[in-house]
Amino acid sequence: MKRRALRDEPLFFERNPKRRRRQGILLPTFDGPSTPPASVLPAEALMDEQPLWPDICEMDLVTHFHRLSQLNYAVDEGLYPLGSCTMKYNPRINEAVAGLSAFNAAHPLQPDHQVQGVLEVMWELEETLKTITGMPGVTLQPAAGAHGELAGILMIRKALKARGENREIILVPDSAHGTNPATAAFAGFRSVEIASGPDGTVDLDALDAAMDSNVAAVMLTVPNTLGVFEHRIVEIADLVHSRGGFVYMDGANLNAFVGRALPGLMGADAMHINLHKTFSTPHGGGGPGSGPVTVSEALLPYLPVPRVVKTDDGFAMLWSDEHSIGSLRGFSGSFLILLRALVYMRGMGGDGLREMSETGVLLANIIRKRLEGAYHLQYDTPTMHEVVFDDSEQVKHGVHNTDIAKRLLDYGFHPPTMSFPLVVHGALMIEPTESFGPQEIDAFCEAMLAIAKEAEETPELVTSAPHETPVKRIDEVRAARNLKVRFIEES
Amino acid sequence: MHPWIGAGPEDRQDLLHELGFETIDQLFERLPEGVCIDRLELPPAQDETALRRQFFDLGLNNTTAARKPSFLGAGVYSHIRPAAVDAVLSRAEFFTSYTPYQPEISQGTLQALFEFQTLMTRLTGMEVSNASLYDGATALVEAALFAFRVMRMKRKRVVVAETVHPIYRSVLDTYADPTGLEIITVPAGPDGRLDSEALESTITDDTCCVAVQSPNFLGVVEDLGAVSQAAHGVGALAVHVVTEALSMALIKAGGHFDFDVVCGEAQSFGVAPGYGGPHLGFFTCKEKTIRQMPGRLCGETVDSEGNRAFCLTLSTREQHIRRAKATSNICTNQGLMALAATVWLEGIGGAGLRRLAEDNLSRAHELARRLADEDTGWRLAFPDSPFFNEFLIQGPVGGAEIARKAAEAGILAGVPVARWSTKWPDGLLVAVTENNSKADLDALVNALRKTS
Repeated sequence: MKRRALRDEPLFFERNPKRRRRQGILLPTFDGPSTPPASVLPAEALMDEQPLWPDICEMDLVTHFHRLSQLNYAVDEGLYPLGSCTMKYNPRINEAVAGLSAFNAAHPLQPDHQVQGVLEVMWELEETLKTITGMPGVTLQPAAGAHGELAGILMIRKALKARGENREIILVPDSAHGTNPATAAFAGFRSVEIASGPDGTVDLDALDAAMDSNVAAVMLTVPNTLGVFEHRIVEIADLVHSRGGFVYMDGANLNAFVGRALPGLMGADAMHINLHKTFSTPHGGGGPGSGPVTVSEALLPYLPVPRVVKTDDGFAMLWSDEHSIGSLRGFSGSFLILLRALVYMRGMGGDGLREMSETGVLLANIIRKRLEGAYHLQYDTPTMHEVVFDDSEQVKHGVHNTDIAKRLLDYGFHPPTMSFPLVVHGALMIEPTESFGPQEIDAFCEAMLAIAKEAEETPELVTSAPHETPVKRIDEVRAARNLKVRFIEES
Repeated sequence: MHPWIGAGPEDRQDLLHELGFETIDQLFERLPEGVCIDRLELPPAQDETALRRQFFDLGLNNTTAARKPSFLGAGVYSHIRPAAVDAVLSRAEFFTSYTPYQPEISQGTLQALFEFQTLMTRLTGMEVSNASLYDGATALVEAALFAFRVMRMKRKRVVVAETVHPIYRSVLDTYADPTGLEIITVPAGPDGRLDSEALESTITDDTCCVAVQSPNFLGVVEDLGAVSQAAHGVGALAVHVVTEALSMALIKAGGHFDFDVVCGEAQSFGVAPGYGGPHLGFFTCKEKTIRQMPGRLCGETVDSEGNRAFCLTLSTREQHIRRAKATSNICTNQGLMALAATVWLEGIGGAGLRRLAEDNLSRAHELARRLADEDTGWRLAFPDSPFFNEFLIQGPVGGAEIARKAAEAGILAGVPVARWSTKWPDGLLVAVTENNSKADLDALVNALRKTS
């Protein structure tokens, strides 16, 4: 049943462009004298008075976006098993609290005594993250996971400099997310890949051979992007530390073991935590995220500023610190996201957070068990919160992972991740999260099994998918070749 | 079992049995013993009533523009936030979805991004806009790195006006060392504007780009034409940084002066101050340099039936394809904030936006006039320099002291610049927007007068 896209929705700029209303939403009026712009601004700096776009009434505005919204799939519509992205339920109480004007109207340059509530939230979140990771320090500043990686790597860089060392290389497993090598390069390092072993985990011998005195750090995702826990993590960390390197842990998959294990005990020196994954803040159609970084004792002096500190007079913002790497962004963090995450953690409680991880792992294993046989598993190592199949069975019939993904849209599900891990060709990385009940998992597995059958019996049905979506398969090549990235009015 | 978890206790047992397991611990057998814990030492789950109460109480410890007249700006502004914007943003189809990797079921987000890109190019006068960056400060960093790439890594000296927001400059410093950029600051003259002679003598054929903010940190409108000419004179790129995006509705942005990049912060467009985030970084440039642009980009195309459709494009610049060779490591950006700006800008309307900017100009200039006319003892630091909705004042006491005194009288008077400025350490930066009524202006004038 096709329920979306009842009508085409034109671009805003195509809505009665000739109509003049003087304003859209009603503006406040000033009961003082008006200042003609030309009387106070240089003529060459003044914009033309011609409006830059049309004005519409409020009903038209709301209609426009309501109709656009109906073209989107979202977590609230059903399972969104995008592996590594952790598309879980976004509790509405988070939104209610973040909507309080006492928080969202706070200005980041207000004196500390005026924003004690804000600072206490940040302090409490820091303490909670320390408990969850078993690590002694944290910065809340990074704006997203990749930004957190950068914070961590820059702290490692500074710590090495303090030791008088100029190490140039960062080792990244071949299964890593693309942000890891990009971050290493951004921070001035060269990233070198280390091959995975036959079970999908880091090959300790390869690491041993690569881990020389020019290696600054190893970036590891735990569990890795195959969903496999690096069971020799302690040995890995010991090896890296014994050669003077640091262990950067990509915490994108922290949701697999909250309350079951501590990164601090694994030997992590820095780890970013995607609040928009593990701690339920909304993904917003592509952000905002938030990527706090927890650090070991060795990196404490290098934490970014500003950061919150507790004093005898209450909470304060520390704007400079001798050895700090400095500021990574404007102000002290995406506070309204931090606030949502703290509401979630308190709403879940310690035991709830542990159950969260356990259930996510359980459901991922159910999906693995039910789809094994129909889809090929490159690694048979036990997995945790996600499972990576590949399309090698279906390719025999000319059906690729992208086709399976598009066909899944017809069944009313968002597809799995396909762009990585690069070690699995034709990957289908599935992460259910803990949010949905077993019936939704049943329905997803049935859809996947039905598609596997279609791939064998009626492959053209799959390769021509999607059939039931608001638009049909999109020509992405044309978008790149014939670039149109803004609306230009035809004259 | 917690209500935010889908499988209940009975489901859990059934599912475990399906896997041939007795206990949940069996799923965690690969975790080495030394890293495991039995439970988290955190308080038990709290219900919504308890949560609402405790966070409401925490909120009472904040004094904000929600309850007090506020003249706080310095890069974060209080503007109207119509209820319709929040209503659109609270639609789950927008806020519970993710990056539109599957365009067939993401046309809503994609079309909104395409509209955002169009709005930003019209405001800045530039040819192309990306789909957002983290914030204004990181947008400046990305602009410097962009210029470095456009110059094929051959020029590494980034010349930045002293009048660029000091926090943005400190963020740029953080990234400069690891990325190999050399940052050179050009001082401001006594009129609060970039010293053009100093600029001329600083830039050389080794300069990668010249970054100038206008209206600048001190509120003063810079001479963008002169900066563009000077930068291009030595073959460098010209970068216009914007912190008060509303100014572009009234005052020509860099695109009208042949700038190569116009970037910065668009929090003014419907995004809450939120103690500093999430805000909305933007980045616009010329079409010929689009392949060096950081961040996501939405493009128009067609579907297999020939209908217009949108998708993310030029992803070969991005980390998930290019990995270590990507133009930036950014992945998740500020999608929902870009949507907020789109709804806000379209809702205010083209003519409305111009009127709103004129309204800000009128209120700010009225306050400036009254400070001078009513013998308050306070004066504009740069009386002869043009400004939009923000200006620096000096008076009988320092900025921090007057801010403290005004706060006692229930007014958030502005941002003291002593933390950053050695040239004007006693100044108070005052921003006036449409949210400041005439009564607010009266209150501030009275508070200032009392100090003289």
